[in-house]
Amino acid sequence: MIVAKKKPIEEIIDEIKGYQKILIVGCNECVTVCESGGKKEVAVLASALRMYFLNQGKDVKIDEVTLERQCDHEYLEEIRKMIDQFDAVLSLACGVGVQFLAEKYTRTPIYPGVDTSFMGVTQERGIWTERCQGCGQCILARTAGICPVSRCAKRIFNGPCGGSTKGKCEISREIDCAWQLIIDRLKELGRLDDYEQIQPIKDWSTERAGGPRKVVREDVR
Amino acid sequence: MRLQYPSNVKIICLPCTGKVDLIHILRAFEKGADGVYVVGCLEGACQFTSGNIRARKRVEQARAILDKVGVGGERVQMYNLSSSEAPRFVQIASEMTEKMMALGPNPIKTAKSRMAA
Repeated sequence: MIVAKKKPIEEIIDEIKGYQKILIVGCNECVTVCESGGKKEVAVLASALRMYFLNQGKDVKIDEVTLERQCDHEYLEEIRKMIDQFDAVLSLACGVGVQFLAEKYTRTPIYPGVDTSFMGVTQERGIWTERCQGCGQCILARTAGICPVSRCAKRIFNGPCGGSTKGKCEISREIDCAWQLIIDRLKELGRLDDYEQIQPIKDWSTERAGGPRKVVREDVR
Repeated sequence: MRLQYPSNVKIICLPCTGKVDLIHILRAFEKGADGVYVVGCLEGACQFTSGNIRARKRVEQARAILDKVGVGGERVQMYNLSSSEAPRFVQIASEMTEKMMALGPNPIKTAKSRMAA
């Protein structure tokens, strides 16, 4: 899932304080799972903002809606009839949803309510960790299912580096050395010979280095 | 025992304080409550393992939000006591009532009536 963090309420207030009618739009997908932008978070933020503006003596209308997704046309269309009633929209979706909303509704200012962080997993309740950087050319088959692009600070392909100590990365004792994990897992799978293979230089043009990316599938268009 | 507690305290019964959500607390303030307190079982004695611990965290979240929106986090409180502690229950009800009297009315309630006027 795409993991996002709630923005501090002060920051949100600062962005939207000039508007009279605000629509808070949540998303039922990733941000619901990481508890930053689902229906519940929309309700909490709306309630907090209503109280803030009332307390300031300002009559600000704040409405709530949570869409199934904000990264697909059909769900964003659901707010077409109501969006003109609002001066601004605060989207609690990831950066993708915020941008798609802004692309679709060009006359209404769209503000982000979360800080989109990474693609990751729910490690445990309340802890989310990164697993994928969308490099565009998956190498997990060669690294025993552990990604050195997203989990190694240096993103090296023939690790570990000299900074690996007792299975931890030199940047933090809390971060596992991805290459230690790879070696351990290869050992467990009886595939340690794979570790001896020198990985070729990766083509980074499929990653962000190659500019904004696009996937086109003529067979499903 | 037939103990008396302040009549301004409205009790909302829940199967477990783990059912209390952050939005329930915030909505109470939006609707004009001067204070909210959550009374859970003693820590370590939750029949559902951690309902009262979760409730405490939500109370803390509510406090942080209420502080930021100008209502005042001190208007929310978490208490833990067992079902046999009626005198303590009365003491808490009186304590919260006195605290709210000292803090004055919920600013949202006064702001709403000011705007309606």
